[in-house]
Amino acid sequence: MAIEGADIIKAAAFLGAGLSMGLGAIGPGVGEGMAAAKACEAIGRNPSEAGLLTRTMLVGQAVSESTGIYSLVISLLLLFVV
Amino acid sequence: MEFDIQTWVKVAAFTGGALAMGLGAIGAAIGEGYTAAQANSAISRNPEASGDIFKSMLVGQAIAESASVFALVVAMVLLFTEFPSQSYLTVCVLLSSGVCMGFGAIGSGVGSGFPAGAACIGMARQPAMSGRLTTNMLIGSAVCQTPSIFALVTSFILLFTNFSGRPVSPTWAAILGAGLASGLGAIGSGLGGGLVAEASCEGVARQPESVGPVTNIMLLGQAVTQTTAIYGLLISFILMFKSFPASDTLASSMALLGAGLCMGIGAIGPGVGEGFTARSAVSWIARNEAATSELTRVMLVGQAVAESTGIYSLVIALVLIFVI
Repeated sequence: MAIEGADIIKAAAFLGAGLSMGLGAIGPGVGEGMAAAKACEAIGRNPSEAGLLTRTMLVGQAVSESTGIYSLVISLLLLFVV
Repeated sequence: MEFDIQTWVKVAAFTGGALAMGLGAIGAAIGEGYTAAQANSAISRNPEASGDIFKSMLVGQAIAESASVFALVVAMVLLFTEFPSQSYLTVCVLLSSGVCMGFGAIGSGVGSGFPAGAACIGMARQPAMSGRLTTNMLIGSAVCQTPSIFALVTSFILLFTNFSGRPVSPTWAAILGAGLASGLGAIGSGLGGGLVAEASCEGVARQPESVGPVTNIMLLGQAVTQTTAIYGLLISFILMFKSFPASDTLASSMALLGAGLCMGIGAIGPGVGEGFTARSAVSWIARNEAATSELTRVMLVGQAVAESTGIYSLVIALVLIFVI
């Protein structure tokens, strides 16, 4: 099976895109889950503050999401740009 | 399959960049999520302090983010820099650099989330101590980031050193070993340092008068925790800068790769374990300031015993590099 040089470069880029997004999805998943769990507990203890607590949860989750977005960007670059 | 070297260089650049970002994103996200969780818990306890808590959460998350920003920088450099080179060593350099930063960001990212979370809870308990809690959080997180900075330094040295004068074998294994030693070695120290900083923030909130001893012992405990990351950096530097005589045997290459793996993996356990020890010591100093000297003594003795396997790893790594 003769494989071209350009082919294996593309292969590495695609595999890399997969690894980047795959591994990069672990962290935000765990982190945002922890944030949401504690938000539930917090609202359970103090339902009158539900609005403030939900807002805080969403902001915190958004920051945690940022590293996942970096991984997405690197993945997209590997798929379409390089 | 025979391809020209530039093909393999591109393959390695993309793989290294992908691993750098993929692995590097894990730690910071987990740490930031933990901080957000604790912030919510804190606001539910004390909604009037929510302004301070929210600000503190964002600042703490920003510090945790820095580890993954380093990883993003390394990934971008790997993806977009031209590496004109006719040597297979460049292939190893690119892979090693990516893996080094990828692993190196994990521990510091998670670790920096811990003090930020504890600072948020502390502000709910003791809003008057907000300033001091922020200070302890910043100091503790900064120390916690040092292992990822070691990994960044190693990554960049790998990328920008001229390896062309060296024999391909066994230098290829030395390069991979250097990346693994710093990268893996940063995981334990990052986590451990974060645990200690968390305890200091919690202790300051619980017992504001103990802020002096708590901060001092936090710094002492964190310093001991960081030692294994320093061993990893040391082995990396030796592997990168020592010229090894050319050798065709697989054994001499595997010795160098083994040295890097040995120090890298071996640094994880002592880093985390010493962090647990120092965390406990700092917590109890806050509860019982009179026992500070006894607690410090037992903390140092306990950390020294935990360090022992880290020293064994360092010794075996040095033997693999210099004796074999």
